[in-house]
Amino acid sequence: MTLTQKNGQARENRLEKALTPKRSRLEEFWVLFRKNRLAIAGLVIFILFFATALAGLFLTSGQNPVFDPAQIRLQEKLRPPLSKPNLDTLLPVEVPRLNRYLFGTDELGRDVFARMLQGSWVSLTVGFVAVGISVFIGIFLGGIAGYFGQVLMKLDHILASVLMAAGIALIVVDRLLPGILILILTGALFMFTVRAGKIARGRGKAAGSGLLEINIFSVDTLIMRIVDIMICFPSFFLILTVVALLPASIYNIMIVIGLTSWMGATRFVRAEFLSLREQDFVAAAKALGVGNLRIIFRHMMPNAIAPVLVSATIGIASAILTEAGLSFLGFGVPPPHATWGNIIADGKRFIFDAPWLTFIPGIAILVVVLSFNLFGEGLRDALNPKLRERH
Amino acid sequence: MEQNRLPLLSVQDLKVYFQGDFDTARAVDGVGFEVFSEEMVCLVGESGCGKTVTALSLLGLVAVPPGRIAGGKILFKGQNLLDFDESDFQKIRGNQIAMVFQEPLTSLNPVFTIEDQIGEAIKIHKHVDGESLRERCIRLLQDVGIPSAAERLNDYPHQLSGGQRQRVMIAMALSCDPDLIIADEPTTALDVTVQAQILQLFRTLQKKRALSVLYITHDLGVVANIARRVYVMYAGVIVEQGKTGHIFGKARHPYTQGLLASLPTRSKRGQRLYSIPGSVPDPALKPAGCPFHPRCPHVIENCRSRFPDLCDYGDGHLARCPVLFNQKQD
Repeated sequence: MTLTQKNGQARENRLEKALTPKRSRLEEFWVLFRKNRLAIAGLVIFILFFATALAGLFLTSGQNPVFDPAQIRLQEKLRPPLSKPNLDTLLPVEVPRLNRYLFGTDELGRDVFARMLQGSWVSLTVGFVAVGISVFIGIFLGGIAGYFGQVLMKLDHILASVLMAAGIALIVVDRLLPGILILILTGALFMFTVRAGKIARGRGKAAGSGLLEINIFSVDTLIMRIVDIMICFPSFFLILTVVALLPASIYNIMIVIGLTSWMGATRFVRAEFLSLREQDFVAAAKALGVGNLRIIFRHMMPNAIAPVLVSATIGIASAILTEAGLSFLGFGVPPPHATWGNIIADGKRFIFDAPWLTFIPGIAILVVVLSFNLFGEGLRDALNPKLRERH
Repeated sequence: MEQNRLPLLSVQDLKVYFQGDFDTARAVDGVGFEVFSEEMVCLVGESGCGKTVTALSLLGLVAVPPGRIAGGKILFKGQNLLDFDESDFQKIRGNQIAMVFQEPLTSLNPVFTIEDQIGEAIKIHKHVDGESLRERCIRLLQDVGIPSAAERLNDYPHQLSGGQRQRVMIAMALSCDPDLIIADEPTTALDVTVQAQILQLFRTLQKKRALSVLYITHDLGVVANIARRVYVMYAGVIVEQGKTGHIFGKARHPYTQGLLASLPTRSKRGQRLYSIPGSVPDPALKPAGCPFHPRCPHVIENCRSRFPDLCDYGDGHLARCPVLFNQKQD
């Protein structure tokens, strides 16, 4: 090989490398996300909040916690933030950590800082678990409505779905045995109709099969009308009713908030799927012999997930608000356990004497919710391919 | 010699209708054609004549409800594909019949790398995984002429040019060594130089891999370039079929003649280009008799009422116009 040829080849190699910038989607996303200062601020606050909540979980629990949210000191009630405890009247175990009431004390002399720490974990888990439940239901129902929406339901399908709903309802209200029996019956019915359908197709029409051939409505109609019904309920009052019926616990509240907030995610996923379904790459995947479930979960879901994630971050904020509202009304997490909402509720009677009792948790809720909203909007901008083109 | 061989794919009197609210669109209305193994066959026709619907129905991809296979047979290796259910079709798709789509940009999934997309069909049909799957993907990319294939594997579709994307689509179609490739206007979205490259690629791949290709296009230049036999489609029916030389040399159907006359050539320089008057009929409101008669210069009374049969000119050349056939006999 001559020298000029070598030079030429070297130049070619260089050219090729320069022409193909290797940037993964994550890097690309990060470059775009970093430009949005507010979103970065939201992310930082979110990380701080997460760390605080985790720390709070460990620092306020156990036999002898570092910050004891339940320690009552009646002689030290309604102390302002940063005040020093009166060491003469306190037992050694009652002295707060750092020798200061960072956020003051409430009407029972409990350390508000310790109570806020304990409450931050509740807020975090309520946000994530509730939104997790609602996004899971939303993706499942929205995916079915969007992809299989045009499939028409026949009489036996409707019978089976009604039975299935009844079974699940029975299990939810703690009638396990009849619930499971009905679910098994539903499965058997499904198997039977599928088999019978195959046989009937092979043999021609059987007597009475005409009734099963009538198309009643589509899957899409069924799911989206259930969504409409759920949206028609004023969901906060629905939550109040359910919470009043169920035993009060953090987990019940998370589940109830999740079960009453999946409609938005369902509509989102359905809308995304309706447009994705007509895309050529779905047809191309079908033409390669990819099965329906694989198309839904591997090919369409990653394309549909970005807007859902964005609405989920904003949903976390609203779940935290809902929990705070419930606690404020006294329907939330039961009393000895502190949450930001019930600290405000307890403090509202002393709003003129001890404004820190309402303002500090109020500002904390404001900051966390705002940071989630900003982060969610930053995500939406960075994940939106149309905005990416501009870059 | 073809009469002795069994065709790889034989479509007989295929009818695909779409049910509207008020009328039925007869998109494909009795199409019949054959593809023999290791043969490149072209299906030509203008937009809306039912080419794509024909292609989709070969893979069972016509959406039912609105669509309906109203009749006919699709014999692939002697089996009637119309008797297949969904799971049988999934085994055929990509594995024995593969398809290359028109728009390479939208036919690739934007969130997956090239390797994921090429490897998917191999994983599903051949159960290959890991390092050997990677090697196979690299070899496929090399076969379709993508430079530095190994580096390209981790690229996303938006990082490739249009021609490269179409090459990736072709690599995906080839991934499981199918017997038949259906190419649905694969060069329409590309510019002319890239188009020529892709056509060249199809020709070499077809020779090298002994493929059968059903190439669907509206571009007569492409047809002359690559096809061995041609089917001309109009309003859901085949109006003329034959070897490429016959069709381009002695077209026997007025529609084909019109198409050829409207090609720009050097001898027609400076003249106004010919165009067939009128436009393709709405598939729901097709004229009775010969579907081409409202636009035909040779129309006679019989054309308005009677659907024409195929007239045999010998050597596999058939045309659906008895008027010209009888004129020639006289």
